[in-house]
Amino acid sequence: MAELFTLPVLLGILYSGIRLATPYLYAAIGETFAQRSGVLNLGVDGIMLMGAYSGFYVAMKSGNLWLGLLAAAGTGILMGLMMSVVSVTLQAQQGISGIGLQLFGLGLSTLLFKTTLGGVKSISGFSPVKIPLLGDIPGLGDVLFNHNVLVYGAFLLVPLANWVLNRTTFGLKVRAVGQNPKAADTLGVNVTLIRYITVTLGGMLAGIAGASLSIALINLFQENMTSGMGFIAVALVYFGSWRPVGVMWGALLFSFVNALQLWIQVLGIPLPSDLAVMMPYILTILALTFAANRAQTPAALTKPFERGEN
Amino acid sequence: MTNLLPTGLPRIEQMQMIDIVKRFPGVLANDKVSFDVKAGEIHTLLGENGAGKSTLMKQLYGLYRPDSGEILINGQEMKFRSPQDAIDAGVGMIHQHFMLVPSLTVVENVALGLKSSRGFRLDLDVVEKRIIKLSKQYGLKVDPHAYVWQLAVGEQQRVEIIKALYRGAALMILDEPTAVLTPQEVDELFETFKQIASDGHALIFISHKLHEVLAISNRITVLRDGRVVNQCTPEGVSKADLAQMMVGRPVILEYDRPPLKHGKPMLEIQGVCAQSDRGTQALKNVSLTVNHGEILGLAGVSGNGQRELAEALAGLRPITDGKVLLNNQDITHASPLKHIEAGQSYIPEERMREGAIKEFSVADNFILEDHSKEPYSKLTFMHFKTIAAKTKEAVNSFNVKTPSIDTPLKNLSGGNIQKLILARELTRKPEVLIASQPTRGVDIGATEYIHQRLLEQREQGTATLLISEDLDEIRAVADRIAVIYEGEIVDIVDARTASLKHLGLMMAGVRPEEEAAD
Repeated sequence: MAELFTLPVLLGILYSGIRLATPYLYAAIGETFAQRSGVLNLGVDGIMLMGAYSGFYVAMKSGNLWLGLLAAAGTGILMGLMMSVVSVTLQAQQGISGIGLQLFGLGLSTLLFKTTLGGVKSISGFSPVKIPLLGDIPGLGDVLFNHNVLVYGAFLLVPLANWVLNRTTFGLKVRAVGQNPKAADTLGVNVTLIRYITVTLGGMLAGIAGASLSIALINLFQENMTSGMGFIAVALVYFGSWRPVGVMWGALLFSFVNALQLWIQVLGIPLPSDLAVMMPYILTILALTFAANRAQTPAALTKPFERGEN
Repeated sequence: MTNLLPTGLPRIEQMQMIDIVKRFPGVLANDKVSFDVKAGEIHTLLGENGAGKSTLMKQLYGLYRPDSGEILINGQEMKFRSPQDAIDAGVGMIHQHFMLVPSLTVVENVALGLKSSRGFRLDLDVVEKRIIKLSKQYGLKVDPHAYVWQLAVGEQQRVEIIKALYRGAALMILDEPTAVLTPQEVDELFETFKQIASDGHALIFISHKLHEVLAISNRITVLRDGRVVNQCTPEGVSKADLAQMMVGRPVILEYDRPPLKHGKPMLEIQGVCAQSDRGTQALKNVSLTVNHGEILGLAGVSGNGQRELAEALAGLRPITDGKVLLNNQDITHASPLKHIEAGQSYIPEERMREGAIKEFSVADNFILEDHSKEPYSKLTFMHFKTIAAKTKEAVNSFNVKTPSIDTPLKNLSGGNIQKLILARELTRKPEVLIASQPTRGVDIGATEYIHQRLLEQREQGTATLLISEDLDEIRAVADRIAVIYEGEIVDIVDARTASLKHLGLMMAGVRPEEEAAD
């Protein structure tokens, strides 16, 4: 057990924790926008898989990682639009339509994996970019300032999302639509349009989250490679009480525990590996039970809007 | 148009709605309705629930589109596709159910949907300055940084008005704006409306409260069954005249009440405390006694603990402290079933959510409480013939208008549903009746009928606790009036001698001794 508490190992845990938080951050921040406007998208995991696949495939074929990222974002937008049509326009039960989207993404990405890739292949993904000066701080410099561009992007997204939600006219509309769509409607806010934008934005970010796995962190594509990360992202939104900063702390906490259990296995500490793997999930359940601030729940979450209904 | 409003925006000199027709499946909601309003006037649209007032106004506000007919503003035809179009044309609406987002501040609620002077970025400080200016100009006190959920209803009302003024509403639709206010607040509000009108705004006032209509209107248009039946000015028109126009027949506004016979206490509420859904203290030491053959009215502004008291008395909400005795039997912690068996009937305020099952038939709803008892069933087998016969009897004797007793309840009007619930509760010959908002949203005909039934029940000795936010109703029916404010009983007064002013002050929380000190 003592080997866990050496400086290099602790820095290692910190480093992997930050890396691992990346896909959760993209996916959960995107989901925050959707939920803030009143739409629960449970299909995040399916979108991530499709994003991971399309990002990987395009990057591999074109040899251009940025094109891959673009493809992942585009795929996410398309799937976000699908979710919007079904749950906003057609007013389907959001829980069910989200699961449908997830299964669709899982099935299609598996099929494409088998037909176009045939087996697990790897590429060289985005490489770390050391930030001048800050990256030279002994110890912490490498941990915090020597990551690939998608990791930086994920953490920059947090203050950006916070600003958009709280300081812009668009953010005000999103918050109002999620709390009282009727009131927003009478003030000339287009409820349907706002929800389309947030769900599609959420889709795009979920697509990027998938790509962050396949072309920046793990650099390969495998069927069902997210193994439920999208669902954890949805849980993180509740954990963070629908606030980007809260979501970030949740993502970090989850990833650090995950990194810890990886290191426990690497170091061969005698703890059954199944138990170690369970740690982050048990933590999620506990955290959700005790930390979720229900008063913050968008009042119109999962409720379709129809004008003129009493 | 050279005339401008104080807000710097053009006036709406005249708005005309001509031959408006609007159909919904199975209903002709507006049948060639023509209506107009001019700058500087308050034109009232009077009618019962379901007469087509709201439908007409929703078309003027872009929430519905007319099937035929036209809307002209300053002589120009308008086609409103959404509220935004109406807002752009200078139309504003104060909704009966406030259109505010509770989790946002006052400033944010006002800024919602407006173009910011900084483009994508919010300009809340700019909005705040204008709010303060408007609030001074019209005497509408608000704290711009308070969250809406923290505000009392009167304050929320002011935010709604500021919202409309801010958007430069040259024409304002006021949809039953007084429903939740005390009489004094209503007076203040009317002063504000008159000032707004004299500044050159055109106001449409929607109400079914006759004395308010007479107090504020320059013109009155009466709607009945989707049609305009009369247009008049308030001069020389009485409340009775207006009521008759609304209903189409003479209406009794004051009931004959035989003198009260003093009976023994039937329902004794002693120092009852209970919590709200949010866990705050909703009832603080409430003590009331309802006697045999008496109607005790509980007046108060909405949200002061009435709902919690009704639920606590029905056994639906835990009583944390105090005692409730029904005919000397302790029922403080008894289940709803025990309450029913002890001889208590309950008419809940949400008739569609708690009082009935709307998908069920009239007959099924009628036997909801007693379905497992004779004569409706024996050993779990239901007696459909008896059920049908008893339901028919009740439907006839309570004037419930329904195509058949197998019709799903949701196809009946609010008034008829309420009459059926009343039939169910009164057929059981209750010793104690808790009636919560029994006539809310019910047409005048049914209201009159329900009141008479309650008075009939009083003659038969039922002890009734009538919880209502409609002061007129309480004054018309109750023997004594208790006023509740923030979960406490302010005072209990005799209904015949209590003045409206006194009741209004109590509803605002002013205790009798404080009032005397003024």
